[in-house]
Amino acid sequence: MSGGKPDGPSFVRRVTGKLGRSSGVQVDEDLWASIQLARHAERPYTLDYINRITSDFEEMHGDRLFGDDPAMVAGFGRFNDRAVAFVGQQKGRDTNERTYRNFGMASPEGYRKSMRVMEIANRMGMPIVTLIDTPGAFPGASAEERGQGGAISRSMQLMWRLDVPVVAVVIGEGSSGGALGLGIADRVLMLENSTYSVISPEGASAILWRDASQAKRAAQAFKPTAANCYRWGVADAVIPEPPGGAHTDHEQAAEILGQYLQRTLLELEAQTPAERRVVRRERFRRLGPLRDPEGGVAMASGRDAPPPG
Amino acid sequence: MSRVGRNITVSIDRLRHLGHRQDRPRRIASDASTCPKCDSHYSGDEMHRNLRVCPACGHHFPVTARERLEQLGEPGGYVELWSDLRAADPLQFTDLKPYVDRIREAETKTGMNEAVVCAELEVRRVPCVAAIMDFSFMGGSMGAVVGEKLARACEHAAQKGIPLIILSSSGGARMQEGTLALMQMAKTVIALDALAEAQVPVIMILAHPTTGGVWASFASLGDVTYAEPGALIAFSGPRVIEETTREVLPADFGRAERQLANGQVDAVVDRRELAARIGRVLHILAPPDGEALVAAPSGWAQGGAERVGRVAQSLPSLPGKIMGRIRPGSGNDDGPAA
Repeated sequence: MSGGKPDGPSFVRRVTGKLGRSSGVQVDEDLWASIQLARHAERPYTLDYINRITSDFEEMHGDRLFGDDPAMVAGFGRFNDRAVAFVGQQKGRDTNERTYRNFGMASPEGYRKSMRVMEIANRMGMPIVTLIDTPGAFPGASAEERGQGGAISRSMQLMWRLDVPVVAVVIGEGSSGGALGLGIADRVLMLENSTYSVISPEGASAILWRDASQAKRAAQAFKPTAANCYRWGVADAVIPEPPGGAHTDHEQAAEILGQYLQRTLLELEAQTPAERRVVRRERFRRLGPLRDPEGGVAMASGRDAPPPG
Repeated sequence: MSRVGRNITVSIDRLRHLGHRQDRPRRIASDASTCPKCDSHYSGDEMHRNLRVCPACGHHFPVTARERLEQLGEPGGYVELWSDLRAADPLQFTDLKPYVDRIREAETKTGMNEAVVCAELEVRRVPCVAAIMDFSFMGGSMGAVVGEKLARACEHAAQKGIPLIILSSSGGARMQEGTLALMQMAKTVIALDALAEAQVPVIMILAHPTTGGVWASFASLGDVTYAEPGALIAFSGPRVIEETTREVLPADFGRAERQLANGQVDAVVDRRELAARIGRVLHILAPPDGEALVAAPSGWAQGGAERVGRVAQSLPSLPGKIMGRIRPGSGNDDGPAA
């Protein structure tokens, strides 16, 4: 969160009002439509995928320290004849379930539960798949006082230290540190209509434009689509969705995800833990272009080509 | 009462000033600063000498990164590292004004190229690498340059085998670099682990404010974590929480003193004691060459061990049956595990 000095709100409104009327900023409607698809109410959520691509899934509950967080799902299941640990944020479909799942905003207990499951998986030599779908970690006083920041950072630290293969898949909305808390992986895959961003468009609009109604413009500025994340090097592959989006056909969306997971896990299982850790570190180490007079104009960070397929 | 709730700094000056505070001159000299908490006026020189802490009430003013380095080490006694790295504009980002303009303004205003300054220096004779964030450069926000410099500082300290001091003062990830700014959280967390592998300690100083993606990445992973009095330490700031959850927060929410009670920091340390405190802990965790602790058992410890041995010998031996019952794998599945 940064920016210049806060100007008077009325002044800002006048300026932004003028900018809005001028044709200076074109809002790309396709981009906005894709961002809306990422959080479509009928889009498959974490358990929708897990239940379709695994058998014998056993969900774990509780962090053994404070409580159980329904916004985070973690457990073990059978995926194509191998044991795999799955963790991910879980959103709800109706009002009751949405409240129960806290809109997919995990608390420290959620990250600690997922860490507990990942530690077991690591000990048992089981690969780990994370499914990312959250507007952000829960911004509440209770979460803060129980160490939300430390829970996210320790989750990242643990994922970096894992010996087993780790795949992260952004299946819907991947916003802020709450998403990245499950994102330290050997491969980061993104569904075609998913987003991966430093903040939700609404949050950015309130902070940078000081006006909650500028979400579209914020989205336009961040361009957090799967295709762009692939170009930046943030995502390693873009997983296609059924025509019209994943919400039109959950079965097919899960089948395609399963195929990509299988291929990625086979690739990773062929490597040693040491090889995987070098790649895991390097893939994050090189992200972020800057100007370095000694090392050339900009540090290469992404790809120029659009995603294949 | 102050916003912090209670001062943990007990200042003699404060008591001295309380009696005749009304009599202090209200005229503000051109080089003076006014304390936002107690309205006392100080000349710039007086503030500098007092490490930018109000001598009357102990309020901690912001400090630039380079002045911090002088406070921690000896004046002029540091070598700055990687100072020419500068931000790029990967998204061609514009909010209320273009990102490139914001960078240029910040450079002009602060005389720095980015929101973190890295240096090699000695703190109380212990050689260290320090990475000091500066809130005055775009809110201390973490973009690619801050991430890169922090990662280099970690790698440099690990490679030299000397401690790393990080001072955080940041609103979080730099919005204007979008998703790539978010990825700096991952980069710094991973880089910090190089110090764990090299068995070198990390001292984390949390200055006001340490929030968002900075608190949720490297800043919460120090081996020893000190916070400055009154510093806001939070993942979501109070305003965001109140807007999202409609909760009414206590006045000291997220402040250093409350985060100490929450178990999030090791101590709240007055800036005037910070360098001495860091020096003291570094002399224990990473003593400089020639000052290593000698691990010879003292006479007291030896005597203690002999005493424990004598007591153990005098105890009656336990019957084998009882020992057998609590031994795991003895066939009794209902028995307690050892």
